[in-house]
Parts: sequence; C-alpha cells; structure tokens
Amino acid sequence: MISVHLILFLAFGAVCVAGAVNLLVQRHPINSALSLIAVMAALAGEYLLLGAEFVAALQVIVYAGAIMVLFVFVIMLLNAGVEERTQGSRVAILFGIPGMLIGSVLVAWVVLRHSGTGEVAIGALPGPPKTIGDMLFHEFLLPFEITSILILVAIMGAVVLASKPPSSPAEAPRQKVKD
Amino acid sequence: MVPLSYYLVLSGILFACGVTGFLIKRNIITIFMSIELMLNGVNLSFVAFAAHWHVLAGQIFVFFVMVVAAAEAAVGLAIIIAVYRTRETLNVDQVNLLKL
Repeated sequence: MISVHLILFLAFGAVCVAGAVNLLVQRHPINSALSLIAVMAALAGEYLLLGAEFVAALQVIVYAGAIMVLFVFVIMLLNAGVEERTQGSRVAILFGIPGMLIGSVLVAWVVLRHSGTGEVAIGALPGPPKTIGDMLFHEFLLPFEITSILILVAIMGAVVLASKPPSSPAEAPRQKVKD
Repeated sequence: MVPLSYYLVLSGILFACGVTGFLIKRNIITIFMSIELMLNGVNLSFVAFAAHWHVLAGQIFVFFVMVVAAAEAAVGLAIIIAVYRTRETLNVDQVNLLKL
C-alpha cells in the first residue's frame, strides 16, 4: 500500500540522493555547495515527516543558513576555480566508487533484510520543542555548557587562524624599499 | 508508515556519497563539504531511531552534532584560508609538505 507518507519520503529522499550525487559530479565548488544546500533542505523535509520540527528548523537555520553561507563566502573569497584531475584522483575514482557502491549495497541489503518490520509513523516523535528545551537544561546541562565553551574556543581559533600574520622584522625593511 | 530500514538506507547512501566525495575530490573545500554530508547522513539515522523508539534524546544528540559541525566549519575554513595564503592553491595534492 502506498501512502502519502511514503510518497513524500521517496520524493525528499530522491532530492537528497540527487543532490549528493550532483555534489560528487560537479567540478566547480560553488555548484557542489548549492547541491549540498538542496540536500540539507530535503533532509529538513524528512525531519518534518518524522515529527522533529525542532531539528528541521535547526537544519534550515544552522546548516543551510549559517554553515553553507560560510562555505560560499570562503569559495568566493578565495576565488576557487574548477578543480583539476590528478593522477591520485584517477586512482581514487577507479577504486573508490566501486568500493563505496559495493559497501552501500551490502549495508542496504543487510538493513533491509534483518531490521525486522519496525515502521515509523508520520510525526512519530513525541514532545514539542518545549520538551527538548527542558531536557537540554536539565539532563543535558553539562554537555550544553561545554558546547558553549567549544563555540567560544572555535570563534577565537577562527579569528587567530584567519587573521593576517604580523610581518616579521626581517621582512619590514624590504617592504620599505619596495614602497 | 515507512519502514525504519528505508530511513537507514537513505542515511547510508548519504554517508557513502560523503565518503566517496572525500576520496575522489581534490578541492579542499569540496572535501570539507563531503564531511558535512556524512554528518547529515548520521543525523538522519539519529532522528529516525529517535522516532522509532520514541526517545527524545536522539534529537538532543543531533543538536550537539550540529554545534560541533558549526565549530568545525568555522575552524576548518579558517585553516583553509591560512593554507591558501601560504600555498596559493586549494588542491590537496599540492599541499604535501609540513613546512614551506
């Protein structure tokens, strides 16, 4: 029996897989970034089907919004062009793609064969975002606070790494001559 | 009703695409995007299991994965900018020396 749930799942899943394959096929990083955004948007749809509204909103805001904007920004900042194929990448294509195909088919076969008949109803997750907030601030309070420290460290690390290194004293006279 | 295994297969396909991209891509930014794709595949199986077993903690784990991914993206892209500044290339085959 084909339900609306299954049709929606298959539609979003098809967009996901098409975007992921397109990410691999495209040679220009900006095209890969745009197909990754499509994958993330379709995954947000899958989360909504499962009833995880909070995660779906986070997926759109944090992943498709913040992180991918960062990626596109860096691609444009560094003026990244079409990638060239090298000897190493040819070997990787020769062995990597068949290996991954065999691996994923094997995993799919095992999962489909042995996972029983467990089914997921539409909107199966209990609890609104309020419940998640309660859990986050009671049971998971320590990890939550640790992630805030992690974010702080990441901000400082990004600033330190991306800032221009100060010109060394040996270089300074040369620059003066150039001026 | 969609079987749980369909969600797991979709997440496995996404993860496999991420691994393949990590292996065959030569642009450091695209390799980084493949890692994000792998994280997304894992997140989907987290949420699917959470829905299947009616356990809310799965969504909390997805939240933490997203936080770590955001931190990783910020630091990783800063490293990419630093690499580009010293090597003037984004090709990982040409970034093979620890010291310039």
